[in-house]
Amino acid sequence: MNPRRRMSWATSLLLVGFLPFAFPGCTSNNNAARDNQIVLTGSSTIAPLVGEIAKRFEALHPGVRVDVQSGGSSRGVADVRRGLADIGMVSRELKAKEQDLTAFTIARDGVCIIVHRDNPVTSLSDEQIVAIFTGRTRNWNDVGGLDAPITVVNKAEGRSTLELFVGHFNLDNAEIKADAVIGDNEQGIKTVAGNPNAIGYVSIGTAEYDAAHDVAIKLLPLDGAEASIKNVRDGTFPLSRPLNLVVNDEPTGIVAEFIEFARSQDVDPIVLEQYFVPLSQ
Amino acid sequence: MSHFRSDTVLVWLLRGCGLLTGAISVVIVGFLLMESLVALRGVGVSRFVSDVSWHPSAGMAKGQFNLVPMIVATSLATAGAVLLAAPLGVGSAVFAHFYAPRRLRHPFGKMIELLAGIPSVVYGLWGLVVLVPLISRWHPPGTSLLSAIIILTIMILPTIALLAGAAFDNLPSEYLRASAALGLSRGRTLTSVVFPAVRSGLFTAVLLGTGRAIGETMAVLMVAGNVVQNPTSIFQPVRTITANIALEMAYAMDGHRSALFVCGLLLMAMVIVLVGFAEWVSQGRIHG
Repeated sequence: MNPRRRMSWATSLLLVGFLPFAFPGCTSNNNAARDNQIVLTGSSTIAPLVGEIAKRFEALHPGVRVDVQSGGSSRGVADVRRGLADIGMVSRELKAKEQDLTAFTIARDGVCIIVHRDNPVTSLSDEQIVAIFTGRTRNWNDVGGLDAPITVVNKAEGRSTLELFVGHFNLDNAEIKADAVIGDNEQGIKTVAGNPNAIGYVSIGTAEYDAAHDVAIKLLPLDGAEASIKNVRDGTFPLSRPLNLVVNDEPTGIVAEFIEFARSQDVDPIVLEQYFVPLSQ
Repeated sequence: MSHFRSDTVLVWLLRGCGLLTGAISVVIVGFLLMESLVALRGVGVSRFVSDVSWHPSAGMAKGQFNLVPMIVATSLATAGAVLLAAPLGVGSAVFAHFYAPRRLRHPFGKMIELLAGIPSVVYGLWGLVVLVPLISRWHPPGTSLLSAIIILTIMILPTIALLAGAAFDNLPSEYLRASAALGLSRGRTLTSVVFPAVRSGLFTAVLLGTGRAIGETMAVLMVAGNVVQNPTSIFQPVRTITANIALEMAYAMDGHRSALFVCGLLLMAMVIVLVGFAEWVSQGRIHG
């Protein structure tokens, strides 16, 4: 073998060796329900939270594998019905025609409208919020504020906060005329805190924490309900939703244990870390 | 064979290093291609330039996939930053090497090095809480192409200054002594001796700065506003390709996810063009 030939052999060997690292998704596993394996599919909002919970659960139960896949709430419902998943993750109330399933709420998600602390506006109606976000209202004095142009802060496509927001106000994301698009909640809060004329929406958990720690933002009430974790927890704040684990039959064995664990106080720190509202007191 | 045994080992070890380095870039490009294939097939190349907007999460059939505003934004932000940072960086290197008092040279160099070492997210944070509110007071909303250009300028300035400085360091001292012997002034020495001699070094400096500006993500993400649009003024928010990937990758699925890999591929192509351009220039004009 001449050296050049030998080199190309080595190259291809190396490349083949690399393939499994480059394409980790190829080894998937869709079998549901073994004694030591739980498969969860569904909402991409809940998936990161359940992923963290699953890690903790696996550490407490050696030998158990929890497989978390996202793909939307509808997929969660469909997979549970077809038996492809043990548990579905659904980030809304179950619909009327889904009552054959049982839902266990593990946390709630709440979104609130925030403005700068120095903004004199203390509340906005749903119509005013829609008008501001669709660009029909461009100045704060149209909604009782100072004479200043409104800076609309929107979320990046695919975020659950965006989904909840546009769903609640019946908007299409393409209609929103944003002046800034942000990724995570902290960035949104910093953007609003740095601009007296900005309006945005973020997870209530983060906003309440920051407002209490002297960050220059103000949480606006919605439909007369104050934007607080307490109101999200008891369901009176309109811009909120439950994060559910749904199952087909009465859960048994390891699945029941997992659901119980996901609803226990042990996971509260994880829930808070993901800016959701834990339900246990 | 006259090789020593240790020599053979070394050769193979080095060949291994070379192979690994080469293989990594091949694997990454292959991976990008494979992941983008879904979108390239399902959406088609033409829709990435002809759709009306960027709203990818509605799925490949109903979504909108226009990448042009982001290509424009990346190009404008990079060009603006390089235009500002290149003269500033080269200028400060010239100052440090030829004009600064001897006592100042060392601390000045250290300060530039420090600037180069600051993590980009720190620049972003500073931009978000200081620069953006400042611009916002002048011309709302503050998050804009301008703030992106300013942040990028500050970030690539030390890269350019350090590399230009290194080029001046490599200048044979005979050149300077010869020029002094001819009685040339300092300014004349610079324009007629130093600059022609270090041209390729300066060019490399600017090029590496450009590369960093194209690839910069976090800082730009925090200050640019990230609205997908073709800006009509520097006060309008823009979204760069890198920011787009960082913003949406965490929550993207299927066609949307694949479209983000197309963005990655696009960035790769831009860098390849840049490197190719550098190669062409350095062969044709600088060393030739």
